[in-house]
Parts: sequence; structure tokens; C-alpha cells
Amino acid sequence: MTEFKGDVSIVLGGAAGQGIQTVEGILTYALKKSGYHVYANKEYMSRVRGGINTTEIRVSSRRVRAFVKRIDILVPFKQGVLSWVEDRLDENTVVLGERENVEESFLGKVNLVEVPLTRMALETGSQLYLNTTAAGLIVGLFHGDFSAIEEYIRKRFGSKGENVVRKNIEAAKKGYDLGVRLCEEGTIRVEVERDESVRDEVLLTGTEAVGIGALAGGMNFLSFYPMSPSTGVSTFAAQHAEEFEIVVEQVEDEISAINMALGAWYAGARAMVSTSGGGFALMSEAISLAGMAENPVVVHLAQRPGPATGLPTRTMQGDLNLVLYAGHGDFPRIILAPGSLKEAFYLTAEAFNLADKYQVPVIILTDQYFVDTYYNLPAPDVEKVKFERHIVEAKPGYRRYELTEDGISPRAVPGYGEDVVIANGNEHDEWGDVTEDAELTIKMQEKRAIKKLETIKRNAPLPKLIGSENAEYLVIAWGSTLHVVEEALQKLGREDVALLHFSWLYPLNPETKKFFEGKTVIAVENNITGQFAELLKKEFGVEVQHKVLKYDGRPFSVEEVLETLKGVIE
Amino acid sequence: MNVQLPTGRELFEPKRPGSQDIAWCPGCGNFGIRNILISALAELELKPTEVAIISGIGQAAKMPHYINANGYHTLHGRAIPIATGVKAANPQLTVIAEGGDGDMYAEGGNHLLHAIRRNPDITVLIHDNQIYGLTKGQASPTTMPGMKTPTQPWGVFEEPFNPVALAIALDASFVARTFMGYFKESVEIIKKAIQHRGLAIVDILHPCVSFNKVNTYAWYREHTYWMEDHDPYDREAAFRRAIERDPLPLGIFYINEKPTFEDQVPAYRNDRTPLWKREPKLELVKRFFEEKKL
Repeated sequence: MTEFKGDVSIVLGGAAGQGIQTVEGILTYALKKSGYHVYANKEYMSRVRGGINTTEIRVSSRRVRAFVKRIDILVPFKQGVLSWVEDRLDENTVVLGERENVEESFLGKVNLVEVPLTRMALETGSQLYLNTTAAGLIVGLFHGDFSAIEEYIRKRFGSKGENVVRKNIEAAKKGYDLGVRLCEEGTIRVEVERDESVRDEVLLTGTEAVGIGALAGGMNFLSFYPMSPSTGVSTFAAQHAEEFEIVVEQVEDEISAINMALGAWYAGARAMVSTSGGGFALMSEAISLAGMAENPVVVHLAQRPGPATGLPTRTMQGDLNLVLYAGHGDFPRIILAPGSLKEAFYLTAEAFNLADKYQVPVIILTDQYFVDTYYNLPAPDVEKVKFERHIVEAKPGYRRYELTEDGISPRAVPGYGEDVVIANGNEHDEWGDVTEDAELTIKMQEKRAIKKLETIKRNAPLPKLIGSENAEYLVIAWGSTLHVVEEALQKLGREDVALLHFSWLYPLNPETKKFFEGKTVIAVENNITGQFAELLKKEFGVEVQHKVLKYDGRPFSVEEVLETLKGVIE
Repeated sequence: MNVQLPTGRELFEPKRPGSQDIAWCPGCGNFGIRNILISALAELELKPTEVAIISGIGQAAKMPHYINANGYHTLHGRAIPIATGVKAANPQLTVIAEGGDGDMYAEGGNHLLHAIRRNPDITVLIHDNQIYGLTKGQASPTTMPGMKTPTQPWGVFEEPFNPVALAIALDASFVARTFMGYFKESVEIIKKAIQHRGLAIVDILHPCVSFNKVNTYAWYREHTYWMEDHDPYDREAAFRRAIERDPLPLGIFYINEKPTFEDQVPAYRNDRTPLWKREPKLELVKRFFEEKKL
């Protein structure tokens, strides 16, 4: 008998096109509705069919929000899955599935609990029901609410007709009963306590958190060119375009996408583009225009490994330098990187106020791991989203680039007020007309690159310290690695190690420096050079004593971070 | 100029300090185009605040500085996507994208193609002098074969771009060509282009007195003619005219009335309010989260 307590990691693996996502959908929905904390993440290959994709689902009695390497229950839908995840298997892993999906070399080495999923599906009427049977089976192991599965199936397959719904429910029930039986027979025992409060929580993906955050921030224009892993946000916007009455347009290239967004902002819209590193590379010309013309814009960049096409469906925090230095000449920008889904919601909404206020490009950095992560959380408080409009009326004699103390010129939009608005990508005078005057050039350069930058810095929020101020070791993380480092530190359980998480990456408030004084600094980054550690060094002269780096296109696991930190500290 | 200029032009004459020193060469065709554009805007009784002129880079693209209207002088080749964004954000504005032949046909060529497909209600004015002026005399996509330039000392051998034929081939909404030397006719064409609902492309021939010694004022007069008895709603006839080379036909080649981009985006189906006046629909955001609880 194999027993799992408190926190179970289930991995489903199969070919692209085999419907793993259906299983994932049913499972997370039904288990969350049954009162379990759930977390899911997937890794997939850059192909439409075939290959091997896996999904990890953690089911727990307490909040779980990070990727673990450990696999408690593995459900393979085809041969090759075990080899693909070989380094994640241990003596406790239970392989739940059909013998023919287990490679010869693993037979006898793993705890195989044979379940005739295909036969059960065929008994229901078709191999097509394999997914729902498997989903039912797992929910059964947890004695979850079967009615939740039914509900999900009705929602998901309702449009396909009553017969499809009925058959899927039948398939799920067969799986469910078997799951319950496996527990009763004592083959597998799963003990996870339910938490009733989970039922009232929302189940959200990183993609949705960014997308709904943007809509809450007043985004009413999104232009994009599809690129993994950022496309989900554009799809999300497109699917909500009618309801929210916004403009969403798939354009000819990334150059057009960002320029269209700049035009929209110039005319007063709140526009966003969603892209990945390669797409952003094409946008850097327009980022520079935004810098010179002081044209607000919001960019969501979901990172994937580069350079060039890199690993299109995998993850990395490798584009910080790209967004930090994109565009020629000196001009300020704001770089944000949410760590949690909640933060992604609020920060994306806030990005629009920031862009509007400071009239700079605001870049939200996520990555494949982040956008594809989902878990339950209390619904964010929508009332807390502040909508700040920083548009002024163009009074007679209006000067778009008026020189001010804080470097921020009041921004009018065409058609509001009695005067006209002249924006310009060339160096310009206060009215926006082209100039080659040396004095004025100096003033305008200083306005943008010094005064405005200083104003933003002064108002920049500080990073979040998790743990004691007096800790000897300070672990630095940014963006998507928040939860994984947090969980690793919980497991480490040492008072002398604290986490400093950055979701506002640039420009940094000068006060940030105080966090590092007298500490041994350890940076955890999902890239090969430690780009953020370099930034800290450049900005504050911070010496990062240890860099924990991962750059194989996969996210950090809790175990990896924990082991590496132990190695560094002990 | 012995032409009766319309009243209302003074509204569009800029008084800003930076707009007084015009950077164009004496005799440049851009002066004529400026006069034509200001006259067209005045005759249409538009107000400067209702007009937005979005330009790319180059001598032609300096237009926003010499007119009193909203303006955005942007990047080489990018005027069309920016203008599309402006119009989509505020359909109440009269939006004009302006640039030279290099701007619109070379660097921005891809945007032109897709703007024709997208059909935003903007007017695209191309100052076509068949040469790169601001970078001092290199060949442009419309330079005629045989012309020798500092960077094509052996003479241009590439097929010149035919914007009119291209636009008609892609079923553009409004396609015209004019020569800025014909003031009255050009004002009429540009007025019609602005009034047209949908993407209006006007290829405006004009001389570059400094770098194009072939296509002079006299050359354009001798090598162009006005189309008469041409039905702009007849696409095949329009295409036949478009591939005529010498003399070049002038006038409105093709009109194809079809829904505009702004007509079709969900943003304006029930509400014509410009986007800058709108607020986030937080009730819908709340509802989204309610549904995510299930």
C-alpha cells in the first residue's frame, strides 16, 4: 500500500493532442470544488501533435503554489512518459495506468497500479472517453464531489449535445468508482484534509490574472502578433472584447502591434501589446519612439528562452536585459514582474495608471511558467483597483512637452480642449516641433533621462521582505520564482534566511539599498548570467555572493532551490 | 500662385515658434502639398482640433510641424499603424497618415498592404517624388529605371513600385493619383479622399528640386493626363488604367465602399464614445471573478 498525506503531486503525461488539458481542467475544477487546494502547471513541446507534454497537479490541505520535482502519482497516456520524467520518479511514485504505456525498462522498478483505462473507455463506447475516465479516477482517489465533475462536463461539452455529455459523465463515473475502490482496497491511500474556504475561492491562471488585470486597469485596446507563450493574454482579451467593448486586433507584425498601441495612447486609449522576447526585439524601435515622444504604452512580455527562437514553449527569466536596454538613447521605462497571481492582477491594472502618469513604456515581465500556472486564491478585491486618469485639456497655447520641475509634462489628447497636441519622435521644443537647438536638447534630455527618471524612482515601491529583517542571509528573487523560493524557505525553516522579492524591477527606489546592508546575498534566477543580480550591482554596488541559476528551459522546483540553498548556507 | 484660396485656411496656419522656419528646399513640391492640404481641410470646414496628421520620417513627414492641427511625427514607415491606432481610439478624429514614397512603399510597405486589408477610415497621403530627399538622393521604390544616383551609380534596374495598381489589386477602398502642380484638382481629390469612409490612398506626384533631375515640374506635366469618362467603381477598368505607364493617368482610379475597421471592432457597436472617455468596466471584472469561483 502506498500512502500520500497532506500534499499530493500528480503528473499526467501524454502526447500533444491526447487531451491532457481536458483531464487537467476536470481535475482542478472538481478538486477545488471539493475543498482541496490545487495548483497546476504544464510543460509542453513546440508541436501540435505527438511528443510528450506533462501537467503537474498538486492537491493539498494547505495552499500550494509552486512546482515540485517530486511525482507521487504518475498517469502515463503513452509510452515514453516514464523516460521523459525519469529523474522525477522515486521509490514512492505510483504509476497509475496501463501496462502498455510503461516502457519495458521500468517494469518491475516502479509501483505500477494497473488500471484498464482504455478498456473502460471502450466499454463506455469509445477510446475518446479515456480522458474523462482518468479524470474521474483521480477525483475518486480523493473522494471528491462527483457532482462537480458532472457540472464541469456539462459546461465543457454541453454544446456538443446531450449524448456526449451523458457518455462523458458515464466514463467519469466508471473512473471515479474505480478510484474509490482502489482506496477502499488499500492499494493507494490518499489523505488530504479539505478546507471549506477553498470553495469560495477563484481558480485562476497567470494568463487570466494578467488579462483581467489589464481590463480592470481600463485597457481598451490590444494589438498583437501571436507568439508563445504570450498569446494566451491576447486570446483572453479577444474573447472578452465584445463584453468589455474594446478593440483587439491581430496585426501584420510586432512592429505594427506596438505602433498601433502608441497611436491609440496618443489619442487617449489605454493600450497594451502582448508578446515574447522575439516579438519585443522587433518592437524596440517603437519603444525608443515612446521614450522620445513620451508616449505611454503597456507591454506584456511573457519570457521564453532565447536567443532567437530558443525554446518556444519553455521558460526562462532571460529578457530582463532586453527590456532594460531596448531602444536607443536614454529614456526612462518601468519594468514590473508579478510574483503571484494576485499581484499580476493588481500590478497589471496599475501598469496603465503608471504609463498614463509618467508617459513611459511600462513592461510587465512574466514567463511561460507564470502564465501557465494556476491555483486557487481568494478573489482579488476589485474595489482596490484605482483608476487614475492623467489627461488634461489642451488650453490655448498648450505645450505638449512643457518643461516642469518633476519632468512630467501634462498630457492632452487630440480633440479635448481648444488647442492641438503635437507629439514628436525627433528632438523637439516644448510645443513638440522639431529642434536642433543645443540648449533645448540638453533640457529635453535632462527632462526625460534625469528628472522624470528621478520622479519615478522616488515613487517606486520597495521590494517585499519575507522573513526577518535581521536575517544573515538574504535570498533575492524576482517575478515568477516567488512561490517556489518561498516554499523552499519554509521547508528550510531557518530564521537567519529571509527572502526579498522584487515585482517592481526598474527603476529601483534608492531606499532599496538598505535591505542589503550587512547581508550575505543569494540571487535565485531562471537565467544563465543572473541579469537581476547584475542590475543590483550596477544600481547599488550590491555584491551578490551566490547566484543560484537555472537555464535548461524548465522552472525551478522547490526541491532544487531547497537543496541548492542548503549547499550555499551550510 | 494665381489661385483663389479658400477661406478658413488661417485656422490651419500654425503660430508656434518652431513652425516658422520651414525646412524644405526652395521650390520643393512639399510646399504645394501643404497648400493643397490646408485648403482641403479648410474647405471641408474642419477644425484643427478635429484633425490628426500622423507622419513617418523624411521631408514629407515634417508636415505636422507646418500645419496647425493635432500631429504626431513618428518613425520611418510607421505612420500607418500609428494612424490606425489613433482612429481606432477616437473615430471622431479626421486622421491623415502622411509620408514620402520611401516611408510608405519601402520601410512601411508591409503596413500599407495590411492597412488595405484592415480598412481603417484614414487618409494616406504619399508625397511621391521618386527619390529619397532627406538622405540626399538615393533611389526610392518608385524611382524610374535608368536613373543614376550616388548609391545606384550604374543606374536603377529594379522594377518601380506601382502603388496604384497594387492598391487596386488588393481591393483597396479608395485609390487616387494626382500631381501637386495641379492645385485645384488636387484639393478636390484630397477632399474626396478625406470624406471617403475607409482607407483612402492618394499618391501625390511631386518634384524634388534638389535630387531628382528627371521628374521635374515640366516632366510631370508632360507625362501625366487626367482620366475622363472613367468609372471608379469599375475595378477592371481601374486596374487597366493603373498599369498605364506613360503618360500616367491622374484622378480617382477606384472606389470600393466597404465597412471600415472601426465599424467592425466590438468597441463601437453600441457606443461611439472615444476610448479616452471610457472607464474600466469593473462590474464585469467582478462578475468574471464570481464565475471563476464556480
